[in-house]
Amino acid sequence: MTLSVSLSHRFPDFALDLSFDAPEGITVLFGRSGSGKTTAINSVAGLLKPQRARIVMGDETLNDTDSQIFVPVHKRRMGYVFQEARLFPHLSVRQNLEYGQRFAPSGAKGPSTAEVAALLGIAPLLDRVPSGLSGGERQRVAIGRALLSRPRLLLMDEPLAALDGARKAEILPYLERLRDQVALPILYVSHSVAEVARLATTMVVLEEGRVARAGPAEAILSDPDMVRQIGVREAGAVLPARVKRHHPDGLTELEASGGRLFLPRMETEEGTATRVRILAQDVILSNTAPEGLSALNILKATVISLREGTGPGVVVQLSAGEDKLLARITRRSAEALAITPGDTVYAVVKSVSIARVDIGTA
Amino acid sequence: MTNWLGAEEWQAVVLSLQVSFWATLLSLPFGVFVAYALARWEFRGKQLLNMAVHLPLILPPVVTGYLLLLIFGRRGAVGAFLEQTFGIVLAFRWTGAALAAAIMAFPLMVRAIRLAIEAVDPKLEEAAATLGASRLQVFSTVTLPLITPGLIAGAVLAFAKAIGEFGATITFVSNIPGQTQTVPSAIYAFLQVPGGESGALRLVAISIVIAMAALLASELLARRAQRRATGREGSP
Repeated sequence: MTLSVSLSHRFPDFALDLSFDAPEGITVLFGRSGSGKTTAINSVAGLLKPQRARIVMGDETLNDTDSQIFVPVHKRRMGYVFQEARLFPHLSVRQNLEYGQRFAPSGAKGPSTAEVAALLGIAPLLDRVPSGLSGGERQRVAIGRALLSRPRLLLMDEPLAALDGARKAEILPYLERLRDQVALPILYVSHSVAEVARLATTMVVLEEGRVARAGPAEAILSDPDMVRQIGVREAGAVLPARVKRHHPDGLTELEASGGRLFLPRMETEEGTATRVRILAQDVILSNTAPEGLSALNILKATVISLREGTGPGVVVQLSAGEDKLLARITRRSAEALAITPGDTVYAVVKSVSIARVDIGTA
Repeated sequence: MTNWLGAEEWQAVVLSLQVSFWATLLSLPFGVFVAYALARWEFRGKQLLNMAVHLPLILPPVVTGYLLLLIFGRRGAVGAFLEQTFGIVLAFRWTGAALAAAIMAFPLMVRAIRLAIEAVDPKLEEAAATLGASRLQVFSTVTLPLITPGLIAGAVLAFAKAIGEFGATITFVSNIPGQTQTVPSAIYAFLQVPGGESGALRLVAISIVIAMAALLASELLARRAQRRATGREGSP
């Protein structure tokens, strides 16, 4: 089931005009604050009535201003996870979770409370009240509540933004499981590249109320033209890799299409498919096979393109095996090494520079 | 109790409780509706409605009572209609006393309920809607449970006000012992006759007890409502 969105809306100081498709998996609406992400997701939810819109979910039209169709919020059956958990304070965790079920059509199928509680690790909390929960727990209950309302689509508006780093890291694996185990399209609003790299199947980049780019997340993240939107410090490709072996010296060996990667010990089982985000600024290039170097990860790659920015840096797009990598080096180095498209280079990545949060399951 | 209070005094106390009880109970649904409209809806004439609701608070009670007599009296537009269609007569009956008390207490009730509704985060109601609840279901499953303490506080306040209502009541339904003579009217009547002070004092004591009990209850409930509204979501 695909969600197809096309809308335009004019606020006093801001105009929105965009269209995109959200296929299965997680579609991330990515952009700075004020780019129109929340307006878009609220239009899909029915919380906002755009001046012009055509929003179609599978074969059901939710909103079509041309034929005056507007399905009200409560009939859209979209599980919405907000930035704040918005749990009902007068209900227990279990009652919160099961709140939406009574309104769902009797034929609607979905996971049971026990299944959802197990998936999100909230089974021990069922009899508690929301005010006693931590931020991360609350957000997981909110996700469970949305899931249990038997939705046809999950909407998430920066569900991790209000949480600190540790809480984010706590919830990300659950979201990955959701993506991989629950057959629901998920529309996910975020301005965090780290979240996009971990979660996104499809990426829709919004800029000032318009769609700047849309497509598979891996293609967009490894596109040098995206570096400006993402920011030079955050830019980096996502590399699919499989866990091959855990070594006794505390390293985990992963196998990517372009070679082996050694990363600090991961708790993931051998054979698991992962995706590793490698920041462009963490990649060093060499035009000869490096020797006498402490870095463990050396991938042989071919230069696809060089993109100069306004600063002293150059972003080099590489292909290593079937995957793409980004490296950000100085213009001076690029000239010294005489890097040109088609060249073979060696990309060097320090094992410890890859943050744990940047390794997710695929 | 009956020995301590004379039959007439006892009648006045019972009548007052009866009048206030019905006045509060029957005006509660209207109070909730008006409070919700004032708290949550934007509509033409909102200020006008707000003013109309608060008018009995500012007008001299005698004026309100006289207006009631003009409108709900047997020759008044609404009064005549009610009598012909339903056989309901309000003027100079205890039911009229209940109407007068309800109208005088209405602003207090609406104010308390409105504050409670405003303390409910609309985002919670929005969340309920995304989970499939219609507007009415959102109200009954989220808004209403959350405002219940405020609702009770408003009702208690209205009840206390209704017990003490004098000006509008005596103007609209007069001061007929056993029929329309509430506690304040009885006190007034006692003070009109020589040697009535002791009866008046007994009723005064009862009035004070009822009023204090009501105020205390309302205060406690209001505090609970506050706690519930603010304990909603601590910082994450």
